[in-house]
Amino acid sequence: MNLLIRNGRVVDPANSLDDVQDVLISSGRIERVGRDLAAGPDTTVLEAAGKLVCPGFIDIHVHLREPGYEYKETVASGTRAAAAGGFTAVACMANTQPVNDNRSITDYIRAKAAAEGAVRVYPIGAVTRALGGAELAELAELAEAGCVAFSDDGRCVMNAALYRRAMEYTLPFGTPIISHAEDHHLSRGAAMNEGVVSTELGIAGAPAAAEDIMVARDIVLAELTGAHVHIAHLSTAGAVRLVREAKARGVRVTAEVTPHHLLLTDEAVRSFDANAKMNPPLRTKRDTEVLVEALADGTIDCIATDHAPHAGSEKEGEFDLAAFGIIGLETAVGLLLDRLVKPGILPLATLVSRLSRDPARLLGLPGGSLAPGAAADVTLIDPGATWTVDPAKFQSRSRNTPFGGWSLTGRPWKTIVGGTVAWE
Amino acid sequence: MGWTRKDLLAMRELDASEILLLVDTAATLQEIAGREIKKVPALRGKTIVNLFYENSTRTRTSFEIAGKWLSADVVNFSASGSSASKGESFIDTAKNIAAMSPDVVVVRHSSAGAAQLLARSLPCSIVNAGDGSHEHPTQALLDLLTIREHKKSFEGLSVAIVGDIAHSRVARSNIHGMRKLGMTVTVAGPPTLIPPFVQELGVKVAYRLEDAIRDVDVIMMLRLQHERMTAGLIPSLREYSRYWGLTLDKLRMQARPDVLIMHPGPVNRGIELSPEVADGPYSVILDQVAKGVAVRMAVLFMLAGSKGVQA
Repeated sequence: MNLLIRNGRVVDPANSLDDVQDVLISSGRIERVGRDLAAGPDTTVLEAAGKLVCPGFIDIHVHLREPGYEYKETVASGTRAAAAGGFTAVACMANTQPVNDNRSITDYIRAKAAAEGAVRVYPIGAVTRALGGAELAELAELAEAGCVAFSDDGRCVMNAALYRRAMEYTLPFGTPIISHAEDHHLSRGAAMNEGVVSTELGIAGAPAAAEDIMVARDIVLAELTGAHVHIAHLSTAGAVRLVREAKARGVRVTAEVTPHHLLLTDEAVRSFDANAKMNPPLRTKRDTEVLVEALADGTIDCIATDHAPHAGSEKEGEFDLAAFGIIGLETAVGLLLDRLVKPGILPLATLVSRLSRDPARLLGLPGGSLAPGAAADVTLIDPGATWTVDPAKFQSRSRNTPFGGWSLTGRPWKTIVGGTVAWE
Repeated sequence: MGWTRKDLLAMRELDASEILLLVDTAATLQEIAGREIKKVPALRGKTIVNLFYENSTRTRTSFEIAGKWLSADVVNFSASGSSASKGESFIDTAKNIAAMSPDVVVVRHSSAGAAQLLARSLPCSIVNAGDGSHEHPTQALLDLLTIREHKKSFEGLSVAIVGDIAHSRVARSNIHGMRKLGMTVTVAGPPTLIPPFVQELGVKVAYRLEDAIRDVDVIMMLRLQHERMTAGLIPSLREYSRYWGLTLDKLRMQARPDVLIMHPGPVNRGIELSPEVADGPYSVILDQVAKGVAVRMAVLFMLAGSKGVQA
């Protein structure tokens, strides 16, 4: 079956294209991109005038929670949320129960994704057994089973010697190590950023230094080992400076940023709403400005949501006792279009690149491009649609977002995975 | 000018006129303590629940007496021996209590923001009786009433708050209240117990006791919790006491002769205060406790009372 997406504004940074053109899809692959393409007899035509046609968006930092925490999210619900949010692929973190530290769990996730997934799912394996930070997981077998990267996300591997060995051991696999950079001694007991707001609220804060120190360590280890280290959810101006400096020296370090760290500050904690509680915590206005700048100039390689579903009961109580994290798949595109692209802070092509080409390149995933022969993963966006974020309508099983009630312009319109419409 | 708020949650959100209204009302209610029959009918038929998730003797008793002197029905709920120990969540417990139609819930909890959480979830009035290290507004109000009784006014007074500022809700509430009433505040303690950016709250910082207490009108000493030592914030209680404990000698050498010594209690005698200072002529510590009842009467009356105080 063929699909012709006609008259949309094709934004494909991987091929330096931003023009009103047609996209022809055949047998799950991009056949051609060009003007006035003809529709054959068995071709479905999708009129996309006024819409944006982009390479499928890829979120490399998602918690699908299955197995073990199905009350928060499942592979089925999480990938539906991804599709509804305009993502055609996600990479899922290893902190499930049991932890994805052996191939049977990887196999399980992949089987679930094949059977029930609305989008492509790339598992990320644990660096250490049970995320314990003490012994390496069976990394080679995990890589063979299909893990595209390794991370103890949610925890930092505090033992630098062990982390070094993980970087060395995985070198032949071409799988990056994804760092949750947090010195747990410096952040002990913290529920928010350390700053004037934490001082006023009397809530224990994690200083930016807790992140910066580990980013610095991981850069040094990347240099020592030659490994590719990817820094998850960068949140501080200091970490940006470290990554920028390391990249200039040619160190194999990359970084991602979440929409909430770009758009919110620790001022949001004044509400004592636990939807303002995540790890790393919301930082200061200065940090958000530096992060946006770093995203624009490429110091930060991509946007990832750190979609972290939690049940209502885990987020509605006391702030310091509530779970860390918020969901992000269904709000990211609207938020970034409305708050960064619309005001002219970030060019549209840069946003698309940071959501498609760059994460694909970073993890060596297929996709991120509309070149002929590429998998037909396409994100279609209605840039003029104005909508209000209503968590009750989310596909995710969870509702933990600080963005409920926000009015946004621009939202995903249709999501195409492998030539098939996965969401509309 | 009157009271319009449903709740009393934080000194930070009150303006000077609201603070003065509460202090003035408390001042007029003080005389009830000296009556032979300590009871006025102002809150007759009203129900007050003291919902205490942290151990507290003085604050809970103070609220209980305040409510009873106003003729309210006062019920104490403490977390131990209650549904909380059976795993019920804070919000669920609070909603269950709210279903019994109290007029006021007085809450003490170890989590910052607990009172705000209740105020958002429950229809009745909420009084914050201490939420984690965040705020303790009735303590600040009783401190202010005590200061005014002894110093006659607030404007231009200088205060040193000494000790574990980082973990003190009393310090936070007093900083807001005192600054709004025109007082100068210095916080003092070892740097590990001074929270970052505290100057942005409009206070000065001192790292030596002598610098903090010289020439101030009021010295407020804070309780040092033993946990601070195991957390690595101070080397030992002995060393803390040596450098930060207020003794009669230090007072006589550095402080003004008319200085007031305050402490929110309970006092660690021999740690932050020597017994001679705690019981000495400068100390108004028991006066603070007495005024606590009047302040809590004023607060409960403002939140739950009908028009016209019958004091």
